[in-house]
Amino acid sequence: MSTARGGAPRSAAPYLFLTPAIVLFTLFLALPIGYTVYLSLRRTKVSGLGLGRGSRREIFVGLDNLRVAVADGELWAGALRVLGYGTLVLVVMLGLALLFALILDSAYVRLARFGRISIFLPYAVPGVVASLLWGFLYLPSLTPIGGIDFLGASAVTYSMANIAVWGGTGFNMLVLYTNLRAIPRSYYEAARMDGASEVAIALRIKIPMLVPAIILTTVFSVIATIQVFTEPTTLRPLSNTISSTWSPLMKVYRDAFVTGDLYSAAATSLVIAGVSLVLSFGFLRVVRGHAFEEER
Amino acid sequence: MRTRLAVAALAVTLAAGCGGSTTPETPAASGAPSSEQPAAGPVTLTYWTWAPNMDKIAEVWNQAHPDIKVTVSKQAGGDDAAAKFLTAAKAGNAPDLVQAEYQHLPSFVAAEAVADLAAETAAVKAEYSPGLWGLVTLGTESVYAIPQDSGPMMLYYRKDLFEKYGISVPTTWEEYAEAARKVHKANPKVYLGSFSSKDPGWFAGLAQQAGAQWWSIAGDAWKVGINDAATTKVADFWGGLVNEGVIDDQPYFTPEWNKALNDGTQLSWPSAVWGPGVLESNAPKGKGKWAIAPLPQWNAGESFSGFWGGSSTAVSANSKNKAAAVAFATWLNSDPAALDLLVKEAFVYPAATKGQAALGDPPAYFAESQPDFWQQASAIGATARGFTFGPNVGVTYNAYKDGFDKAIQNKSAFGAAVQSMQDATVSDMQKSGFTLAQ
Repeated sequence: MSTARGGAPRSAAPYLFLTPAIVLFTLFLALPIGYTVYLSLRRTKVSGLGLGRGSRREIFVGLDNLRVAVADGELWAGALRVLGYGTLVLVVMLGLALLFALILDSAYVRLARFGRISIFLPYAVPGVVASLLWGFLYLPSLTPIGGIDFLGASAVTYSMANIAVWGGTGFNMLVLYTNLRAIPRSYYEAARMDGASEVAIALRIKIPMLVPAIILTTVFSVIATIQVFTEPTTLRPLSNTISSTWSPLMKVYRDAFVTGDLYSAAATSLVIAGVSLVLSFGFLRVVRGHAFEEER
Repeated sequence: MRTRLAVAALAVTLAAGCGGSTTPETPAASGAPSSEQPAAGPVTLTYWTWAPNMDKIAEVWNQAHPDIKVTVSKQAGGDDAAAKFLTAAKAGNAPDLVQAEYQHLPSFVAAEAVADLAAETAAVKAEYSPGLWGLVTLGTESVYAIPQDSGPMMLYYRKDLFEKYGISVPTTWEEYAEAARKVHKANPKVYLGSFSSKDPGWFAGLAQQAGAQWWSIAGDAWKVGINDAATTKVADFWGGLVNEGVIDDQPYFTPEWNKALNDGTQLSWPSAVWGPGVLESNAPKGKGKWAIAPLPQWNAGESFSGFWGGSSTAVSANSKNKAAAVAFATWLNSDPAALDLLVKEAFVYPAATKGQAALGDPPAYFAESQPDFWQQASAIGATARGFTFGPNVGVTYNAYKDGFDKAIQNKSAFGAAVQSMQDATVSDMQKSGFTLAQ
């Protein structure tokens, strides 16, 4: 690039500027990931009763843990449960978020500010608190709605999805709404002059222009859903219907902290990370062509 | 459009960074550091415990011992506390002292997280019954903790409602089943009791009463017998009642269960000597209405009980002040003044034999209905039998929860859940390399 004036100090400068980022990345991302990979390759080996000093040592087992993790039926059964739960949450939550954003953005709404805040507010409630709150509302003797066993085997997935939708809609709505406000108003005026109704403007102008934001909220929601943990873990003590491996992340938690097997937990984490990566980038790859083609 | 995408991405990233509601919150994340003691000056010790008012008791010690300062860090009890301690020990920042439930102590020992106190505790060994002492030595020459309290089991029941429904206190489990049917028939909303799929410690106590031996050490090998005849008998008994619909299947300690205890739709609870504290806070309306009796027996004329809970004080293997920690643990669990405080402030049923003499007035909750609460309790306590716990109780207890959850949901035989506990325990021990006797 700059061979004419080229000198050593110049080529060092970019790295200097990058140093803070590289240090932070190494400390808080690369090292933990590296440690997880390292743990996943090891296991403790006990000899005899395992009680005295030195009867327990760490050994290298290669890809054994990973192989066991991938072959574990409970992990994939959990993934299937989360897939059902996630589809429900994604469709309802993003649908509602889009609907609310469009309504708040339309010219006719009164109290838009109040509406925006009240829809966003549940997002500010920590997940554990929200789950406990809803958990109490679900308990048969405390619920205001009788006749349904919210924590029973058939309803428990919907009950958990409801908590996630309640907590997540506001945030996604806000992202979509902010993007809507950035669309130049002149487009709408032109459409109105052409005789387009509010609904037609929403469908033909607003939603198409929102596509990038919708894709983003979808990707982040997919990642959040794969990592579902708080709701089932908090509701578990209240019900007989949620097992300790209901979601993949719960299985990781159980392996690491309940049954004391950090090595299997590390291996399962790697599998989950791999699946999340494939899903989110796969989704982006599929939709990117459709969404951004016309801009090029 | 590209910039809009970037802006949206930024907004999402920032907000997600500020508080993703799906971030798992591991209890292990907040370990209290213990390795910051100065080389000279007063020694400071951290102590993880969930016994109420332990900070007040530690304060009494601190007043008398200016050179050893004990700081109590209050924990949530139960299996989570054990997991948290194991994680902290692995990470190298365990507290100096920790409250260790008897069933978790072998896991602590196997993880080399607690110190051997054999030399320092020889003098106080005589203070405890051989059965309890066995729980802290695991049958070896070492001593891994000092016993603090024990939890012999008994039957708590609503005296007034037993009269109302015309049932007498069951002396055998057969009578208990009959009473359960009678009560539920008289009022379909009312149950004699509940089977909790979330409380493996409770089930272990009932299995002990029936004579089970879940783990034992034979020479240099572990023997695992969770699916023995006694345990299967207990499981099938409860499974029959639950599937018949005459015993409730609500887990204990849920708001739902609290309500049932409080409003008198649940009439009894096979529990441990620490039950008054639970009843007092969860069923305040029942004050003066509950009484205790020995657990129903498997064979008429026998008198056996089991243990639910009970804990000891252990010293971390990597504590820098082991001597000071042992001094405090010994004082706490054997000094008469400390035992008196344990009884009055922490409401524990002390493990030290002479501490049981400190039990005078009954708990206020039982003052009217069972004035001789402690006399009854210690008579029942003398009949309790326990068993050795294995090095992977966490696995067994987790299998209990998943197995019995499933059995209750599918209305299937409870014996299968016991088998799943056995299988999970054995396969985990094999995977780790423990020597197992056939």
